[in-house]
Amino acid sequence: MDLTLALARWVHLLAGVMWLGLLYYFNFVQVPALQAAAADGTAAGIVRHVAPRALFYFRWSSVVTWLAGAVLLGNQFVPAFALAKGMAAIGVGAWLGTIMLFNVWVLIWPNQRKVLGLVSATDEEKNHSRRVALLVSRINLTLSIPMLFFMGGGWSHRALFGL
Amino acid sequence: MAVRNPLESIRGAIIAGVILTAVLYVIAARLLS
Repeated sequence: MDLTLALARWVHLLAGVMWLGLLYYFNFVQVPALQAAAADGTAAGIVRHVAPRALFYFRWSSVVTWLAGAVLLGNQFVPAFALAKGMAAIGVGAWLGTIMLFNVWVLIWPNQRKVLGLVSATDEEKNHSRRVALLVSRINLTLSIPMLFFMGGGWSHRALFGL
Repeated sequence: MAVRNPLESIRGAIIAGVILTAVLYVIAARLLS
């Protein structure tokens, strides 16, 4: 059991780094780069070759992160999500991570499929999808800040949470 | 002039994240006490 938890924590961290790394890549690098590339007509390469690969690892690393986190919580899964006594910190982090996972699969990915032309859409639909995907990606950037604060707590946060 | 959503800027998203952290901390700290 201890080995399972150790492996789950390892996988949770590895996948989480990939997920948030790509989230920050989208927000800090790709979106501004696409705006600049659109101005000089060089956006096609990013849209065709970079974005689909980044989105593939982005959305699947989110699933692996969540599942490994669920294994890590084990029988504390329900108490954490119920914000039970002593579980409020990790519980808030778990809720934020779950909302972020929902945003990836229900809002970002379906809209990005239209933007990237993986499903047919009119130009108007693409523009709408581009805006929704951008705003939800920004929301996930916002949520990642408290999520990491609460999830990454541990003993370093004992002064804050009285652990 | 249309009001711009502050989350459209990276700075706005980060500031919102820090404020949200403080708000959630106050709530969580009450739950823990």
